[in-house]
Amino acid sequence: MLYREALNRAIDEAMAADESVVILGEDVGRYGGSYRVSEGLFAKYGAKRVIDTPIAELSIVGNAIGMAIGGLRPIAEIMTVNFSLLAMDQIVNHAAKFRYMSGGKMTIPLTVRMPGGVSRQLAAQHSESYETLYASIPGLIVLAASNATYAYHALKHAIFLNDPVIFLEHELLYPMEMEFEEKANFDPFKAEVVKEGDDLTILTYLKMRYDVLEAVPTIEKELGISVEVIDLNSLRPLDMKTISNSIKKTKRVVLVEEDHKTGGYGAEVIARITEELFYELDAPPLRIAGEDVPIPYNRTLELASIPTPDKIAAQIKLWGQNHGL
Amino acid sequence: MNSARVKTFYYLMKLGREFELAAKQEYMKGNIAGFLHLDIGQEACSVGSMQAFDKGDVFTHYREHVLAIARGMDPKVVMAELFGKATGVSKGKGGSMHLFDPTLSFYGGDAIVAGHLPIATGCAYARKVQGEKAGVFAIFGDGATNAGAFFESINIAAAWKLPLIFFCENNYYAIGTRIGWVSPFEELFNKAKNYMPAKRIDGMDVCEVYKAVTEAKEYLENGLGPYFIEAETYRYEGHSMSDNGKYRSEEEMEIFKSRDPIEKLKREAIALGIVEESYFDETDKKIEQEINEAIEFAANSPEPELNELYEDVYCKECTNVVS
Ligand SMILES: Cc1ncc(C[n+]2csc(CCOP(=O)(O)OP(=O)(O)O)c2C)c(N)n1
Repeated sequence: MLYREALNRAIDEAMAADESVVILGEDVGRYGGSYRVSEGLFAKYGAKRVIDTPIAELSIVGNAIGMAIGGLRPIAEIMTVNFSLLAMDQIVNHAAKFRYMSGGKMTIPLTVRMPGGVSRQLAAQHSESYETLYASIPGLIVLAASNATYAYHALKHAIFLNDPVIFLEHELLYPMEMEFEEKANFDPFKAEVVKEGDDLTILTYLKMRYDVLEAVPTIEKELGISVEVIDLNSLRPLDMKTISNSIKKTKRVVLVEEDHKTGGYGAEVIARITEELFYELDAPPLRIAGEDVPIPYNRTLELASIPTPDKIAAQIKLWGQNHGL
Repeated sequence: MNSARVKTFYYLMKLGREFELAAKQEYMKGNIAGFLHLDIGQEACSVGSMQAFDKGDVFTHYREHVLAIARGMDPKVVMAELFGKATGVSKGKGGSMHLFDPTLSFYGGDAIVAGHLPIATGCAYARKVQGEKAGVFAIFGDGATNAGAFFESINIAAAWKLPLIFFCENNYYAIGTRIGWVSPFEELFNKAKNYMPAKRIDGMDVCEVYKAVTEAKEYLENGLGPYFIEAETYRYEGHSMSDNGKYRSEEEMEIFKSRDPIEKLKREAIALGIVEESYFDETDKKIEQEINEAIEFAANSPEPELNELYEDVYCKECTNVVS
């Protein structure tokens, strides 16, 4: 199943199951979504539930919050995470805080979907990874879907949760053909052990999962070790239990993310690991992240600005050799 | 209409169109990537406005190749930017959506819809404070007039009587969303008319665009405040290369193609006997050569050096702050 089809199916089933589920955003209706995630839904559910909005991100999210207060279950689509900055006030000052400020009297069953990351030469204003901004806000749940199975189950879950969820997707994943599994009792807050191993834990999420998996055979061969790979899935809350079980076994941890290194989401994860698991570690943790520069247009520079399978393998090899592997 | 002006209009519009057609081809060959927003059909807006607004500062959105060329940017450095080469106007770091040249007072290619409008407003404030009369020109699409930044900008510009021309290219569609679906009316000058003089013009007619912008410029120069122009126009291509534009009808397309700005100018100039027919053929040949040179220049230019990745994040003097 294509990744975007998994998302489409989740929305479709949620809309079929519950009349209060609506989707709104730029081009989501008649056009079918700029990444075709909402394809077919307009014909099926009509303009009242599949809502084409003006280019006004603050209002897309703000209206969605109001719809939620009014009794609907809105899914707001933001075309690219960069544009979500225009909606940041509504997300951070309103969606995330109403429940707390009202002493628990308000619930905001809102899902805000947005794709991000570096695609192909879209330049600095269309290439960011802002998960760290949202994952730092109490009151928000932040999920990052790297594969069709998780995308489908977690999105359905998010839609029916009563808290505001930031649901992160990656632009390069939409057309990817992926395995798909129906799951009973799915827990979207659980990290996935993608590959088991004994000597090193690599933590990652979103598209970097695939770059890491591509690098793993080289790493295993060159260092003569076995590597465990964990996809975090849920960035807030973070599944420290799965992380901790793995690190207690492997004693070493590397985090790979596409975001800029300074203040990237990985900084938080590694800080928590250092706080909670310091004495389990046999080596200082390694962070592999994007460079601290806006993303350039030129393809060579663009690839130089983010981790790639080759760079991941080379950096881990060097780090491993320097730290007793 | 006079001969020299018609010739300039024709040359620039045709140069723009051929540039776009060539860019489209180079995109298909894989020499250009990312988002490529073509201006084909809308050349009268870019050329007429830049010919009239020849002095002050220009702020634009991402559909800006022809605007940049009409402003005086060399097609070579524009093409090289599209190719992502070191010789590109933004050193290959910006690409199609980001063509900046302060020496031409061209602050171009903002890829956040309406993001440049408050910035244009601020620049107009600076120019007013400095006693500069030429003012600022901001160009944007119909979709941008639904953004908060648009309403905030017309309000501030009007409140402070800033020298700013708001130029809206109403091509009816924001990607696949028709303006009438998400706005209470399709004639967008209505949004500004309580704030400033606001008029709707034929954006498929380069002379009309030129005339309207000239009038607006005079208004600015007299210190009367901002001015809003809505130019009705049409893009023949999809929103960008990844969009086939299928949401529009053939009939609608045909209506606008029959009003094609380049053909129209040529037809009228010949009918009125202002320009001899041979001029057009000669110009077309010259343009063909110019476009070939631009592609050759772009293709043969070097890639940026790898260490360019870290350059231009800060001014040199500041770099020690972060290292
Ligand atoms: C804030 C923001 N939201 C969404 C987008 C995605 N987007 C890019 S262009 C566009 C349509 C803009 O249409 P319009 O303003 O009419 O200009 P045109 O492309 O027709 O010239 C959209 C929605 C964006 N770039 N920025």
